[in-house]
Amino acid sequence: MAYNCVVSIKQVPDTKRITGEAMNDDGTVNRGSLPAIFNPEDLNALELALDIKDKYGGKVTVITMGLPAASAILRESLYRGADEAILITDRRCAASDTLATSYILSCAVKKLDCDIVLCGRQAIDGDTAQVGPQLAEKLGISQITYVEELISLEKKTITARRNIGNGWQEVKCNLPVLLTVVDEANEPRVSVAKRLMKYKKARTPVEIQMQLKQDNPHASDEELKQLAKAKAEELQEKGLLIKQWDIDYLGADLQWCGRDGSPTKVHRIQSVILTARESKTVEPSEQCIADMVHELISDKTIS
Amino acid sequence: MANFYKDNDDIQFLFRHMDMAGAANLIEEGFKFAKDFDYAPADAAEAIENYDLVLDSIGKLSGDFIAPRSEDIDRQGSTLNEDGTVSYADGIKESLDMLAKAHVMGSTLPHRFGGLNFPNLAHSISIEIVSRADASLMNLFGLQGIAETINAFASEEIKQKYLHDFAAGKITGAMVLTEPDAGSDLQSCKLRAFQDDSGNWYLHGVKRFITNGCGEVLLVLSRSEPDRSGGLGLSLFVCDRGPTVHVRRIEDKLGIHGSPTCELFFDNTPCELIGERKRGLAPYVMTLMNGARLGISAQGLGIGEAAFRVARDYAASRKQFGGPIEKLPAVRDMVIDMKIDVEASRALLYETNRVVDYDVGYTKKLEFDPPADKEELKKLKEVSRRYGRYAGMLTPMTKYLSSEMCNRVAYNSIQVLGGSGFMRDYPCERYARDARITTIYEGTSQLQVVAAVRGVCSGTAEKYFEELAAGHYEPQVKDLLDILKQNTEILLKAAAFVKETGADYMDLCGRALVDSAIYIICGYLFCGQASSKFDMEVDTADGKNNGKPQKVSMKKRKGMLARRYITKNSPLIKSLVDMIHSGDKSTFEQYETLAGPVPQEK
Repeated sequence: MAYNCVVSIKQVPDTKRITGEAMNDDGTVNRGSLPAIFNPEDLNALELALDIKDKYGGKVTVITMGLPAASAILRESLYRGADEAILITDRRCAASDTLATSYILSCAVKKLDCDIVLCGRQAIDGDTAQVGPQLAEKLGISQITYVEELISLEKKTITARRNIGNGWQEVKCNLPVLLTVVDEANEPRVSVAKRLMKYKKARTPVEIQMQLKQDNPHASDEELKQLAKAKAEELQEKGLLIKQWDIDYLGADLQWCGRDGSPTKVHRIQSVILTARESKTVEPSEQCIADMVHELISDKTIS
Repeated sequence: MANFYKDNDDIQFLFRHMDMAGAANLIEEGFKFAKDFDYAPADAAEAIENYDLVLDSIGKLSGDFIAPRSEDIDRQGSTLNEDGTVSYADGIKESLDMLAKAHVMGSTLPHRFGGLNFPNLAHSISIEIVSRADASLMNLFGLQGIAETINAFASEEIKQKYLHDFAAGKITGAMVLTEPDAGSDLQSCKLRAFQDDSGNWYLHGVKRFITNGCGEVLLVLSRSEPDRSGGLGLSLFVCDRGPTVHVRRIEDKLGIHGSPTCELFFDNTPCELIGERKRGLAPYVMTLMNGARLGISAQGLGIGEAAFRVARDYAASRKQFGGPIEKLPAVRDMVIDMKIDVEASRALLYETNRVVDYDVGYTKKLEFDPPADKEELKKLKEVSRRYGRYAGMLTPMTKYLSSEMCNRVAYNSIQVLGGSGFMRDYPCERYARDARITTIYEGTSQLQVVAAVRGVCSGTAEKYFEELAAGHYEPQVKDLLDILKQNTEILLKAAAFVKETGADYMDLCGRALVDSAIYIICGYLFCGQASSKFDMEVDTADGKNNGKPQKVSMKKRKGMLARRYITKNSPLIKSLVDMIHSGDKSTFEQYETLAGPVPQEK
């Protein structure tokens, strides 16, 4: 049977390319200084969804909540094989923490016909790994976190292997389910040449507006609106208009969105510098190495 | 996060310097496909954007996925299983799977079969990038000429049967030409093709040294006319690798371990005729070979680029005598010459592709959409003939240059690394082993010279030099153009002398003539690059600018490169020409004495 998958993805600053300008003075991330990329483990989630589609059929829909610039990762998803992409963008979403974000995403997922929701384990900017599990809770469905292998899908039952740090666990549950996927799960495919050639022109309505404003600096708001409408229709006809939803369309309760819906408060940011104070010599014998490993596990240096 | 397309300044520059709009217009036949295929380009700008996007994607795949697997591929190689099947090295299998998913296994096939309809130039760039990551994978990725041959010459039924699967990467193929007694001399092929009473064709016999002979679709050159010897008795057939095709062995070879080289036995294998009987060798296989030569040239270029990069890095990081070894004149010289060697090969390969793309485009236009106006038709016929001749001369030249270049560069790459280069800890030794086959297969260097020297002596080169000299150049290369003009004059005189002396002497002087012609052509191409309409800033290794690399204009850099290349090669051309004028025929007259007797086992 076929399975419909929804993949929740995020555009993040490329934290691997940290330079001196990466942090603002107040300790927050200077997003402007880092290139924006597709969160790496979200690519693994998308790959797993595409793999399910290749094997069983069904549809892959990709959603992201973010600024208009996040349209770029939606296009990238279309290049790789996603059937549909949706941008959730709204000023009222700004400053959402993980709880508000998962609430807003849950409102979007509820609008879609879906058997499996997939998320990357965590985003490389916040590293919380909270949105996936919270989204499952909000949707009231089962979740399997840290998925490293999809073992089987039979009718309405899924079996997956999850990484539990010091080993693995095989979990079976009924659909619908939410999976959070780790990078060991697969090797994401690259863009499909023909899709790249086709979808390079795909745009979200907000991108169309921004482009038109730039191209026609003297046009009135009304003229721009008309131009945008015409352009959107043209793209729609060619299947190149990326869907865009806002809070009103989602019917989300504003008190659970944005700053109001975010209980997380940043109390203090500390710059932690790890330095070695003392050193210890371990003899290269079986026993000494085993003792060292035990010591490191018991003081939780390694798990 | 490596990207073998974007990290290569020379490719980035040439991609924009070359006139791709003309080729795109010809191959897209006035962009008429856009109305039927939603991914086909609607204009030249979009076509070029498409090439750029797809190459970017292949660049990422090559850098991040393929290259990290290449060492294991080399060590593991292919395996012939007991049941007669062949297993690729794991890295080859995984990479092929990725390339198929990326849908780039049919990049030059027409849209209607699910191909990308890319020009040769864009395809060549992709082969270079993939070969830099793993040269042996190119033998599978770059074998797209098999599908192209089916597209060019087979019936519509055969096209429909195979081409969709080729484009989707579901099947791979092999060109099954060589036999134990028919290597360079394909006219002496013996493998028998015969018909039963109902007219069905079958194949019987042995083929050897077949790259990817375990592929699903085989193009087999066979003797369909038992009473006719030579090339006219040969036809080309296509068959599936069914139970009657046996892989008898796979070769244990020096390099390109990821590409299985098979000996095949055809035991009355059912097959279908491609095109017409007796045309197997000429024109079908000859066309196939020309495409394959461009492929090998790009493969050599990729190996050369990879080998240069290791040497460049090592020269800067290895410290001896109190500093990096790149401070030593001999090392500096080697590193610069390697880099220029790579860029000269790239210049000639891209130029050859440009010419071939126009040649193919004009031929197609004449055949399917000739202009109604008589004067225009005449003009088109003339330019088509001219480009055909240029392509015939430049194709063996670029194959010869790139394949010899990658051997030189890989050899010197080991030299720069010294003892470390000789060890398997660094990839230079693998590059040197992989490079070695490129001057041999798809026609040895000696045969490329035989093919190219005809062009140098026939007037084709003269016409082409004139065209090059009439190009657009900026004043800063004026003195270089004068040198090239003198070089051209003495070369053409030498060519005339050779022609008077006889065909034997022409082959004897082939290498000297072709080398000189290549020095002149690449000299002009470098001057053209230094005078490009396009320019970009590139990094130098000079870090005086607060630790950040100093930038230089690529045009300016190409001007410096042209100067070094032309002033160094001009005396070489003079000495080669002197040697030709000496008329020395000792090779013919004194071989028996100078080479001595054949060694006898005592």
